Amino acid sequence: MPKTLVQKIIARAAGRESVVPGEIVTAQVDLAMILDSGGPRKIWPRLKELDVGVWDPSKIVVVADHFVPPADPLSAAILKLTREFVAEYQIEHFYDMEGICHVLLPERGHLQPGMFCCGGDSHSTNAGAYGCYMAGFGAIEMAGVLVTGEIWLGVPETIRVNWQGAFSSGVVAKDIMLKLARELGMDNAFKTIEYGGDTIATMPMTERVVLTNMAAELGAETALIEPDEITLDAMRAAGRPPAADALSWRSDEGADYSQVHEFDAAQLVPQVAAPHKPSNSGPVPDFEAENIQIDQAYIGACVGAKISDLHMVAEVLKQRQVASGTRLLVAPASKRVMAEAAADGTLATITAAGGSILPTGCGACAALGAGILAEDEVCISSTNRNFQGRMGANSSRVYLGSPYTVAASAVAGKIVDPREFLQ
Amino acid sequence: MSVVEGRAWTFGDEINTDVMAPGIYFKEPMEVAARHCLEAVDPEFAVNVQPGDIVIGGKNFGVGSAREQAAMAFRELKVGVLLAESFARIFYRNALNLGVPALMFPEAAEITAGDILKVDPVGGLVENVSHGKQYQLEPIPAHLMAMIRAGGLMQHLKTRIKTKD
Repeated sequence: MPKTLVQKIIARAAGRESVVPGEIVTAQVDLAMILDSGGPRKIWPRLKELDVGVWDPSKIVVVADHFVPPADPLSAAILKLTREFVAEYQIEHFYDMEGICHVLLPERGHLQPGMFCCGGDSHSTNAGAYGCYMAGFGAIEMAGVLVTGEIWLGVPETIRVNWQGAFSSGVVAKDIMLKLARELGMDNAFKTIEYGGDTIATMPMTERVVLTNMAAELGAETALIEPDEITLDAMRAAGRPPAADALSWRSDEGADYSQVHEFDAAQLVPQVAAPHKPSNSGPVPDFEAENIQIDQAYIGACVGAKISDLHMVAEVLKQRQVASGTRLLVAPASKRVMAEAAADGTLATITAAGGSILPTGCGACAALGAGILAEDEVCISSTNRNFQGRMGANSSRVYLGSPYTVAASAVAGKIVDPREFLQ
Repeated sequence: MSVVEGRAWTFGDEINTDVMAPGIYFKEPMEVAARHCLEAVDPEFAVNVQPGDIVIGGKNFGVGSAREQAAMAFRELKVGVLLAESFARIFYRNALNLGVPALMFPEAAEITAGDILKVDPVGGLVENVSHGKQYQLEPIPAHLMAMIRAGGLMQHLKTRIKTKD
């Protein structure tokens, strides 16, 4: 029987010939990623209580990205404990203030098509752009994974989402996701999204990961993109030679999708999501008409501060200034992104326009680092989530947009259509 | 897991993890963070909820982050059971792993805030004592019941480790 990609990966990890949606299986984990926020500080006491070690220190990746750099004593203590945990259990892969976990996994060559991975963060779906199964789990369950190397799951059904055609100028992957949150809703629990179509076939990896990252906003188990030459080139660039079978990790012809959705990329216009959820989205001209003044424009997070995102920002800001009364904060997603943006002049363009560069890390996206909003403040952000109070005070309001839309809005001091800035 | 009786606290659709466990209290101990549980949508909840009270959600309850503090806040506040039309995936797993019973309740909208409910989380029986109405829910899936009966994932792991020794 023809199988979807996620079924093939789960079957392999569960040691089974095949699996069908709805079945409960136990899978062997190839990679487990934990973070400073829900990682050692939540997991170490449990390992001590169980009086056991970790199943395989070579398969565990620890990332300190949520409380970095520490701005108060509690954060500093959490980071210290994280480092002690890594030393105690001799964890092979530890990234301390090197960048945001979801960006580091592909950047440092941890991903290979067909892998079965678990992460202690909801946006772990990000790795699916490399043809891996990766889903988010809570700290208690990651403790279980670290001890046993196993996880139970219900085999998800697969929803295929195809995008065909070329974007018009100023439209990017983020706009796809803000539209999909509205079209598919945020309640797709225990389902996998598989993206395809010629729009995605020509997309660079830095854009593809936006689609899989924000499958978390669709509420999905995970999301996948079948690997191709673009995937393999990105892996080689990260120092991870693709396995011989890398391109074989794809859905079979005639595989059973529970739903198939077709979209036309040429018809898509830039999208914005209004407070307080990503599915509360619409075309940017509708928002422009509302004359929404902004206090803060934020470029950050795993989804919205990669090198390609910073390039979009610089493209808009060139020869322009951030509006008086508006602050633009930019937190590059990793140290390597920071270095590349410094070397190619991107950071200079941003700072010349009046933007502030913040340290790499999760930062204000989850109200953990610099850039927190005060009561009643309005922010437009390149991040993935705009829940009430997510970035600070309960009465603050966060709009989501692409890096183009955020940068253009920073210049205008209000939410505007970025296409006028890209002539 | 015994039968629970308590007052119903009702919430709408898509109540997210960030309002259950706000990021600004992330670094604080759980007893501090729990005092802010759901304050953005109902400031009375964390202040007045009593042990054994029952939380009713709409669709996609617990959407958002993997933070276990979202489910843990309800345990800290000694909520008896969570009933919702549907749950977000990670939140649902966290709740059951932490020993917080969570059941799908398609008729959640029929419950009014303050109703007295009696819930048998194992059998899936809900009785609205205030309105004299009963509901039979889908029980918690069998593959999770062993873990839940053991008292959550930690107890389950302890048993497993002991058996392997």
